[in-house]
Amino acid sequence: MDKQMAAEWLKRFAETVEKNKEELTKLDQAVGDGDHGINMNRGLQEVLRKMEEVPADSPGGVVKAAAMICISKVGGASGPLYGSALMKIASALGDEEDVEGKQLTKALRDGVDAIKKRGRAEEGEKTMVDVWEPAVQALEQGSSWQELTEIVKKARDNTIDMKATKGRAAYLGDRSIGHLDPGAVSSSYFFLELACVMEESS
Amino acid sequence: MKKLLNNVDQVVEDMLNGMAAAHSTYLRRLQNTTVLVRKQSPVNGKVGIVSGGGSGHEPAHGGFVGKGMLDAAVAGEVFTSPTPDQVFEAIKAVDGGKGVLLVIKNYTGDVMNFEMAAEMAEAEGINVQQVVVNDDVAVEDSSFTSGRRGIAGTVFVHKIAGAAAESGADLDEVKETAEKVIHHVKSMGMSLSPCIVPAAGTPGFELAENEMEIGTGIHGEPGVERTSILSSKETARLLFDKVQDDLHLQKGDRAAVLINGLGSTPLMEQYVFTSDVKEILDEHGIETADVIVGEWMTSLEMAGISLTLLKLTPDLEEKLFAEADTPAMKRFAK
Repeated sequence: MDKQMAAEWLKRFAETVEKNKEELTKLDQAVGDGDHGINMNRGLQEVLRKMEEVPADSPGGVVKAAAMICISKVGGASGPLYGSALMKIASALGDEEDVEGKQLTKALRDGVDAIKKRGRAEEGEKTMVDVWEPAVQALEQGSSWQELTEIVKKARDNTIDMKATKGRAAYLGDRSIGHLDPGAVSSSYFFLELACVMEESS
Repeated sequence: MKKLLNNVDQVVEDMLNGMAAAHSTYLRRLQNTTVLVRKQSPVNGKVGIVSGGGSGHEPAHGGFVGKGMLDAAVAGEVFTSPTPDQVFEAIKAVDGGKGVLLVIKNYTGDVMNFEMAAEMAEAEGINVQQVVVNDDVAVEDSSFTSGRRGIAGTVFVHKIAGAAAESGADLDEVKETAEKVIHHVKSMGMSLSPCIVPAAGTPGFELAENEMEIGTGIHGEPGVERTSILSSKETARLLFDKVQDDLHLQKGDRAAVLINGLGSTPLMEQYVFTSDVKEILDEHGIETADVIVGEWMTSLEMAGISLTLLKLTPDLEEKLFAEADTPAMKRFAK
């Protein structure tokens, strides 16, 4: 992955969130406080502006700039969670101009660990971790980008039947069952766009 | 959606400018931030108290910035926690050398953002402590959730911890006082109609003409049950029972009552409800040292009310009545 690919990944992530922000809001109104689409879109639009104004010179630099913006512009729970994850990913990518798949996987592992630590969440709690963890595990086990796409979609849909025990949806208890988790959906965009960009370049 | 505003993306910005204009004798806005601080900040030799959260709960929290309550209030987007950099700016602005206490309402986002800010402040050598308010008895406290939500009981934490800080207590003492209030304060709300987040444009939930929801959160989070509409007396009893289950007030105990309109409940109805609550407290032989009625922690235009009871001890009562002068709450020294 080079800096153009990293920028393209985050650009597509931002565009997908924008296109689906009403869907994300609707999902969040069902189980939370209805701000997930709005917050993510506000932060990611700022990421897009920043990438155009000050292009970074490495994939790590691109991700780091996005991390800072998520921390300062998104708010809610998703700001610190995506912010912490992107920050750790950026650190792991360093300032190398071209990043190998293995190093990217390692960086994503640091990202999901940061989310778990900041959110005190584990797998199976109907949160974004339920997409991040299976996605990263698949990459660690050598899945192709094509396979990742399927794994991510399945992981996202698996949150429908889960009962939330973390985040605001947890207050609904059993009533959280039957709904997609909004954080898992936005996380699926993150990985699907990554897979798409990587697939195209290979 | 029918709202008096200019641009949904500017609503917090515009509101903060309005609050600064309206309350310029009390507070000022830190430039390029969403932070309102006491006009003379920092107050040297006093523990600073910073609170905040998503907007849409006015007068909370900016309305409580002033003598005897908060040193700073940090505003997030509507119903969205403020970001760590903003909270950090607030901490720096109010640190008068004795450290800063963060008063956080228990929501995943708020706790994470304030925690990140505390880490940033500690890295700069500022002594920061935090307390998390979780007074809402509507939702169950269990190790499987993030715990109970923080709602209107937070106002008592602001008032009493603020009085402790104003009297010169050190950071540990102010934190201890705040924790004591949190331990003794319980709340529960209900709603008659939903609220609309400006950027969303549609209500977060719907209630039929003959329905009400018991236990609704201040962001329109679903409550515990939906019922056909009850009278004020029946509602007061229902909310009181739930609060009392946790608070265990005994005959002869002294309590402070806070009745909180959620946004579009007329004062007339709030007073009707207040009368019903007073009757129940009298029945139980609970002495009401203080009854505060009005809008303290709203939920945009939601119709509904919340009941907060604070079990008083002599030291809490003394601080509750200590002098305070803020835009939304004033107390004159006796």
